[in-house]
Parts: sequence; structure tokens; C-alpha cells
Amino acid sequence: MISTRLSARTARRTRRIVLNGVGVLVALVTLFPIIWMVSTAFKPSQEIYSLTPSLLPAHPTLGNFSQVINGKASGIGTVWLFFRNSLAVTVAAVLISSAISLLASVAVARFSFRFRASFLIMLLIVQMIPGQALIIGLFREFDQLNMLQNLLGLIIVYAAQALPVSIWMLRNFVATVPRELEEAAAIDGASALTIFWRILFPLVAPGLVATSIFAFITAYNEFIVALTFLGQAHSTYTLPIYVTYFFGRGGAEWGPIMAASTMYTIPVVIFFLIIRRRLVGGLVAGAVKG
Amino acid sequence: MADTAVQLSVTGTRAPGWRGDRGARWGTFVRRHRIAPYLLLVPALGGIALVYLWPLAEMALYSFQNYGLPQITGAAPVQWVGFGNFTATFADAEFWLSLRITVLFAAVVVPLTLVAGTLVGLLLNRLGPKMSGFVSAAALLAWATPPVSGSVLFYWLFNPDGGLVDWALSKMPNWLVGSTDWAGYNWTTTGALPAYTVLTVLVVWTSFPFIAVSTLAGLKTVPAELYEAARIDGASPWRVFWRITYPLLKPIFLVLLLLSVIWDFNIFTQSYLLFGGLANRNEFNLGLYIYDKAFTFPPSYGLGGALALIFTLILLIVTVGYVRSSVRQGALA
Repeated sequence: MISTRLSARTARRTRRIVLNGVGVLVALVTLFPIIWMVSTAFKPSQEIYSLTPSLLPAHPTLGNFSQVINGKASGIGTVWLFFRNSLAVTVAAVLISSAISLLASVAVARFSFRFRASFLIMLLIVQMIPGQALIIGLFREFDQLNMLQNLLGLIIVYAAQALPVSIWMLRNFVATVPRELEEAAAIDGASALTIFWRILFPLVAPGLVATSIFAFITAYNEFIVALTFLGQAHSTYTLPIYVTYFFGRGGAEWGPIMAASTMYTIPVVIFFLIIRRRLVGGLVAGAVKG
Repeated sequence: MADTAVQLSVTGTRAPGWRGDRGARWGTFVRRHRIAPYLLLVPALGGIALVYLWPLAEMALYSFQNYGLPQITGAAPVQWVGFGNFTATFADAEFWLSLRITVLFAAVVVPLTLVAGTLVGLLLNRLGPKMSGFVSAAALLAWATPPVSGSVLFYWLFNPDGGLVDWALSKMPNWLVGSTDWAGYNWTTTGALPAYTVLTVLVVWTSFPFIAVSTLAGLKTVPAELYEAARIDGASPWRVFWRITYPLLKPIFLVLLLLSVIWDFNIFTQSYLLFGGLANRNEFNLGLYIYDKAFTFPPSYGLGGALALIFTLILLIVTVGYVRSSVRQGALA
């Protein structure tokens, strides 16, 4: 009796050790490429091309970063310029798409009207259309609007492309706000605008955070539209197109490229870690509910 | 109190014909004709029309026209060519090659991602809170890495000139890695097989975390008593998964499967960057092929449009499955 209980305890302990070991292994394999990127960014060039590569730089240097910052490495300007472009495009797109999708989600969650179901299904379908298929029409359209080589065109495209998913996500948040609250306020003589700002908006704010995160990441990562629209207008490049240009130029050195790509990646990674809890919950809810 | 009184009296003394009055009349109009929801939808519909519906319509139009370089420059008028672009596409060997590559790639990567993600999800569920937090944070980092950074990074890892993978393979014994001269092996431009091997590693690395986290969220909803009962009955983990976990998480798995198929069909950024832009035609997937047809000199919006339409229709078939499963789960309520 005692021996079986002991062996059961040993078995459980072994199992826990094995599981933790597998956990550490999975984490390290997953982290390895990122560690390698950051490590290369800090290596002097003779260590990067060394015949016996090492995981961490023996003599860490900031040389690669300073080349990226003073613009020598890419030849098209300092990295801060492209940070500014990306930030401007992303923030503007997030604000516009949040405002528009909040209005639409109120319509869908609070009113019943004729084309409600068709509208929702249309949203589901259009968000599946691949960027590669849309890009021809988009390119022609924005060419005619004369908005190809500037940031305004990108802002409009990113804001609008975030709408279908944002409306789908926000709709659930609006639906959970009890109607009685709004009715009570209306009886007390509050106007529709007051009800919106004082009651609905604060209660839907967590949903707006979730959709903003989604819109932010889509815009910050977007590649094909920016690649096609911006062409040779170097000063309008967003970060991904800057890294691509730098990388595709040929004969470029890996140290500065990894430094640029680290600088592009780190903000979004830190952002993800901060909002981790909310993000996982929101995205899973989105995935499960459609 | 005094403040409210003053405000009330001010509102009360508004003369007729004031902005407020007109506002009230407009309000009555909105209420009587029940147009409030439509008004709220106008900006969203405008945006969607601008970046989805209009480009789609244009694409469909071009696919039946001879819209090429002379038409773009205005040297020749645009003419309708019926199904000409489609017959030309179906007669093109490159189209069938890129389609085959796209389908094969999805057929390999989707199961790999789902299995890897589900296994990590099951692992996360068994680990203690600290360890689980550490592993999921690591997975989150891979998932958060922007596609452009991930592609550049994997290009460097698999680079023939100082890349880590070639170095590691060249240090391994021949019986394990074959007699290929791995030092300086070019993964991305030698042919479709090595190129898509790199792409597979990259895409599985970026997309398994989402599956893992979604599976974990699903597992948290399974009542612990079910597992307890199975354990007392002495069921093996394999059996527990197929008899308890899988049936309960089936709706989640279905959505994840459909989303993965759609995402892996749509791969563009990573293949564009890893395979050297549009330089290696024998490594094209459908996305690269469309982009090349439409924009590489001489550009042809007609052929590109026809291809994009075919691609969209293929994806629409998958999407119908996704929409149906969403509607069946009551998503429209």
C-alpha cells in the first residue's frame, strides 16, 4: 500500500519534470530565431561571418544600430523617418476605423433592419478576399485618386480594411451593454448624444481597445499595399517597406539589416507582452465566435 | 441645483426656428422612417465599398478586357475579349505549376500547424501557472514578430553565406544529413522544394501560437470532472483526447482549420521576401504569380484580373464553409 502510493508520487514527479522539460524546450526553440536576430544586431561584422558562430556576441557593439540611425546603411535616410511614417499611418488608421466601426456596430447590435444579416455576412466574406487579388483594383483606383505615393492613401486603405473584423468584434461588446441603462437615461431626459458619450462609450471602451489593437497590428505589419503604392518614393516608406528595401538592395550587411529589423520588431513585441491578457481573450473570443 | 435651473430656463426660452428646433424635426424624420441604423452604417459602407467592393468590381471588369500596357498608356483602346484571359490562363503551364505549389503547400502546412499548435495547447494546459506563462509568452513573441521581420530573419538563418543552418548541417555526420555539401547550400533559389521547406518552417513558427492559445482557451471550458472520470477508468491520454477533448472542441478546431487554410493559401509577404521578389518563376505560388502577371513589365491587368478572380473564387469556396459554421453557431444573433 505504502509502496504503491510512493511509486505513484514518484511517477507524478517524473511526469512533472518531463512536462516542464518539454515546456522549456518548446519555449527555447520558439525564442531562438528572435534571439539570433537581436544577437546578430549587436555583433561586429567579423563575428557575424565567423566560421564558428556563437549564440551571443563576444564583443557587443552598437555600430550596426548607429549605421541604421544615421542612415548610412540603407542610403535612404534615418530609421526615425520610417518610424514616423509608420506611426502616423497606424495611429490615424486606428482612430478612423475605431470611430466608424463603433457607429456601425451600434447599428448592428441595437437595431433590427432589413439588410442586417446580409451586411454581417458580407463583412465575413470580404475580409477573406486576399490582398493579392484586391491589389490590382486598389492600385488603379488610388492611381486615379492621385493618392499612390503618399501616406494618406495608406491611411484610408488601412482604416477601411480593418472595418469588417472590428465591426464583428465590437458588435458583441455593444450587445452586452444593458438596454435598460440607456432607456433609464432617456427617461431622465438625456439626449441621444449624451447617452452615447456618457453610457455606451465608457462601457464599450474595453472592446474599442481590443479592436484598436487588431487595427494597429494589421496596419503596422501591412506589406503588399505599401509595397505597391509607395514605389520609389523613399521618403514615404513605412517600416516594413524600409526593411524590405534595405534587405533587397543586394550586398547589404546582415548586422545593420538585423539592427533595423530588431528596431521594427521590438515595439510591437513589447506592446504584445503588455496587453497579453486582454489580447488572448479578445482574439480567442473573436476566433471562436467567428 | 441652481445650475440645472438656469440651463432649463435657457432651453425653455429658445425661439422657434432655432438650430435645436430643426434638429428636433430631423430627429422626428429619422425616427419616423427608421433610418437611424442606415445612417450609422453609411461611413462603414463607404469604406468597405472603397477598398473591397470597388476594387473587386474593377478586377472582375478587367478580367474580360485586354487591359495591358498599350491600354494603360492610352496607345490603344480597351476592348472586351470575353473569356480570352481565362483561356490564356488555363493554357499557361506556369498557372498550373503555381496552383499545384499553393495547394501542396497548404496541404502540408495546415496539418503541421494544427498538430503542433494543438500539442502545445495541451502542454500549456498541463503545466503549472508559471511555466505555462513562460511558454505562452515565448509563443506570443513568435506570433507578434511582423511578417517582414520574420522573413528577413529566416532568410538570414538559411543564408548560404554565413547562415546558421548551413553551418550546423555541415557539422553533422553524413549518415544523418546525407552527402549534400551543406556549407554554402542555397535554400531559397535552388528550386521549389528547398525554398518551400524554409517557408514551411517560417509559417509554422509564426502560426502555431495562435492555434495553441485558442486550443488552451477551449480546454479551459472542458469540465475537470470529465478528465477525472476518464483517469479513474484508466483511459490512455490518446483515448482521452479523441473521446473527450476532440468532440468538445470540435467547433473551435473547425474554425481554426478553415482559418489556417485561408491564411496559408494567402501567403504572399513571406514568399515574396524569401524567394527574392519575383525573380524565381519556378517557385511562384498563386499570389506571386498574380502579382507578377499584373505588375511586372509589360503589365497586364486583364490577365491579372482573371487570375485574381479565379483565386478569389477558390477562396470563396473555403469561406462558404467558414460562414456556414459561424452562422450555425449563432454568430448572427
